[in-house]
Amino acid sequence: MSGLMRRLSLLIALLLITTAPAAAATDIQRVVSGGLEAWLVEDHAAPVISVSLAFRGGAALDPLGKEGLAQLATTMLDEGAGDLDSHAFQRRLDELAIELGFEVDRDALYGNLRTLAENRDEAFALLRLALSRPRFDAEPMERMRNQLQARLRRAEEDPRTLAQRRLFAALFPGHPYGRPVEGTHDSLAAVTTDDLHGFVARHLSRDSLVLAVVGAIDAAAVKALLDTLARDLPAAGARPAIADVVPAVVPETVVTMPARQAAVVFAQPGLKRSDPDFIALTVVNQVLGGSGLNARLFEEVREKRGLAYGIYTTPLAFDHSALILGAAGTANERVGETVAVIRDEWRRLAREGLTEAELADAKRYLTGSYPLRFTASGSIARMLIAIQLDHLGIDYISRRNGLIEAVTLADANRVATRLFDPERLSVVIAGGL
Amino acid sequence: MTANSSHGAPVGLRAGYALMFAVALLWPLVRPPAAHAAVFSPETFTLANGLQVVVIPNRRAPVVSHMVWYKVGAADEPAGQSGLAHLLEHLMFKGTPTVPDGAFSQQVARNGGEDNAFTSYDYTAYFQNIAKDRLGLVMELEADRMRNLTLSDAQVAGEINVVLEERHQRVDNNPAALLGERTSALLFLNSPYRRPVIGWEHEVRGLTRSQVLAFYRHWYQPGNAIVVVAGDVSVDEVRPLAERIYGAIPAAAAAERPLVEEPPPLAARRVSLEDGRVTQAAWSRHYLAPSARSGDGRQAAALEVLAAVLGDGATSRLYRSLVVDAGPAVSAAAMYDPTLRGPSRFTISASPRPGVALSTIEAAVEAVVRAVRDGDLAAEDIERAKKRLIAEAVYARDSLSHGAHALGEALSIGLPIVSVEEWPQAIAAVSRDEVIAAARTVLDDSHAVTALLPAAKRTGGSGGEAAQAAGAEQ
Repeated sequence: MSGLMRRLSLLIALLLITTAPAAAATDIQRVVSGGLEAWLVEDHAAPVISVSLAFRGGAALDPLGKEGLAQLATTMLDEGAGDLDSHAFQRRLDELAIELGFEVDRDALYGNLRTLAENRDEAFALLRLALSRPRFDAEPMERMRNQLQARLRRAEEDPRTLAQRRLFAALFPGHPYGRPVEGTHDSLAAVTTDDLHGFVARHLSRDSLVLAVVGAIDAAAVKALLDTLARDLPAAGARPAIADVVPAVVPETVVTMPARQAAVVFAQPGLKRSDPDFIALTVVNQVLGGSGLNARLFEEVREKRGLAYGIYTTPLAFDHSALILGAAGTANERVGETVAVIRDEWRRLAREGLTEAELADAKRYLTGSYPLRFTASGSIARMLIAIQLDHLGIDYISRRNGLIEAVTLADANRVATRLFDPERLSVVIAGGL
Repeated sequence: MTANSSHGAPVGLRAGYALMFAVALLWPLVRPPAAHAAVFSPETFTLANGLQVVVIPNRRAPVVSHMVWYKVGAADEPAGQSGLAHLLEHLMFKGTPTVPDGAFSQQVARNGGEDNAFTSYDYTAYFQNIAKDRLGLVMELEADRMRNLTLSDAQVAGEINVVLEERHQRVDNNPAALLGERTSALLFLNSPYRRPVIGWEHEVRGLTRSQVLAFYRHWYQPGNAIVVVAGDVSVDEVRPLAERIYGAIPAAAAAERPLVEEPPPLAARRVSLEDGRVTQAAWSRHYLAPSARSGDGRQAAALEVLAAVLGDGATSRLYRSLVVDAGPAVSAAAMYDPTLRGPSRFTISASPRPGVALSTIEAAVEAVVRAVRDGDLAAEDIERAKKRLIAEAVYARDSLSHGAHALGEALSIGLPIVSVEEWPQAIAAVSRDEVIAAARTVLDDSHAVTALLPAAKRTGGSGGEAAQAAGAEQ
């Protein structure tokens, strides 16, 4: 045994013993005013302020035949508001080096703002204007519609995107989750200016808004932002209810398209975020197909067989359904082998569960890496938004590693053997087959 | 080399998609060239064996980003061995006598860390983000694999398959990326930048264990490496660790690194890729340009301002001229990357609306370029672009990894720390005359490469579908 190895082994042993749930250096203040609430992390490390917000209710609320409405509305919010037309609005952002962007997924609409502290008031004014008085002028609307349709065309060239679209359509037939967030050429063409105004009136209201502010700012300034936002936004919106849905199980589907490499996308029903076993599922997924550790699928598909550059799985919890979703890219002629390995690993997990060592490694990774998410104001703000959307509580960050630590082998194996089911695994393949 | 352009994106990243995604997120961070920030306030020292260490304090979270940058990349590969630097990057995780295959990442992960790596033309970098009290551990692991890598033929053969799948995914499945490879081969007449970092498929297939090990032994040594530590540490904490761990590695003979220069381009060149998969057409023009290293720094700064005014964002000249008010394009942009050892390029790109010919896009871009060369650039537009670039240096401090990337990249290509620290001043000093002069020198259509990606003519729908029987119960 060389000196280095002894040193290394000793060092590793010591470190493993001392591994403890790292407390994130995050002191969250709750700021309440005007019927709104924001979570604030005051941090003067850099003269920068990040604001994140979300309105509950996303693309799943798009009317039938108008898929892509939420997406188009989202891209239009910073294309002119109040007295500022598109060019004037963008120019103002530019002059002050303010970064403002909006995005949407199936369940929510998100806004992210980053500004130098010295431009705080201007930045907040532009944010409020975008949320409360978007203009939706004809010129930028056609421009954004064209850009989204161009994006659709590019996506149609990509096997991964196509396979995932096909999978969601099959998993959620007749449910809004089965329809594309980004819409179709026809549905985007059908969206009118009235639709956009209607979208804002129904969706952007105080009762669905969550907020987080991180950076060089104090509670008084956040309170002032809340007061003005409360004046600008209506108290309540009108959002139709969305039914909960259990994902279907569908036969293996092949989409033939010209491609050098095939995309394999697969999913089975998962657990919602409120499920008491969700944390145990997170740990189990880490072992099966998570990042960081050499997960089982990574070992079997990439390291042992060289079938793919990457493969992953992730628990995907929506407001009204849940999946365990995975993907890989593999040579056209080796798709069969790759899918067989995935199914075998699914079966092995369902039959045997995890080992004590795998559980310990996964827990050490998940707890130890948690502080890595707290290194930039924007990522902290977005995390605070996710915690609020999932109703996890303002103390969640301090509790989170304890929840991971508390997962026992019995918990993990209950989830592994009861939830994971190769018979419920749906697979879509797109490529040159 | 940064990834603000499709041509020179660092490739690598041995781990799965989740990590790929993580690095996709790093791209924008690396974007506005190394420059970023007079404000990282790094400290540096050099060990007796020649290894340079840079420390960037950042106290936001009790974590560090530990990076090792080797001053070697795809540009340093022997002829006929394209993809060698990147394959080696993958193989660096395959073990040493004391840390077996797979154990490197496993140890990092067991200690709550994330690790990955990337390869570009001029450098290869490895990093771990981890709790600050584990810095010694990741230093031990990196110091070990700097000289002690072992490889079997089977490991090399297996990893070649992985790299080929990476290539199929990034390049072969993407017509724009295939065109990008051919464009680089046309733009650079002599520089090794004409070869793809990931390598040509036929050459990657032929790489051998002995080629990999020869390259490794020649380039991977303390005198050719830079260690950057960013995060919740001080130079006083890092120095004893670095001296004990990295300082134990013997010095080796300095690796000579010749720089291959370009001849004058002289000719305009065109490349067009007809690919049945393309549904959204694209047009781009590429001008040979000096980098911050190959040219003088002032011209590079002027070109950065020019790229911002011309083609960065919704208020830029190209976007206003080609996209707004029912213009012919759905997108338009300009890009310039100063952080290369050798020559760089200035790129203008645009995608047409349906039914608009690529020649219409070309004429519209040429009109804008002609106007700018003729001095039609408003001083206030230049000042606005400069202000925004300078603000990015402040935003860069709001990040753990940004400073480590900017400094590691600059030092790897031979730029001094001060080029990063005083970048905002360099941008502030750029005058309108310098921007116009840079445009006149560089944006010369008679010497440029034009790349066309026309939309395919469709015959029937794409995507036949067949349902196969497999475990289907609704």
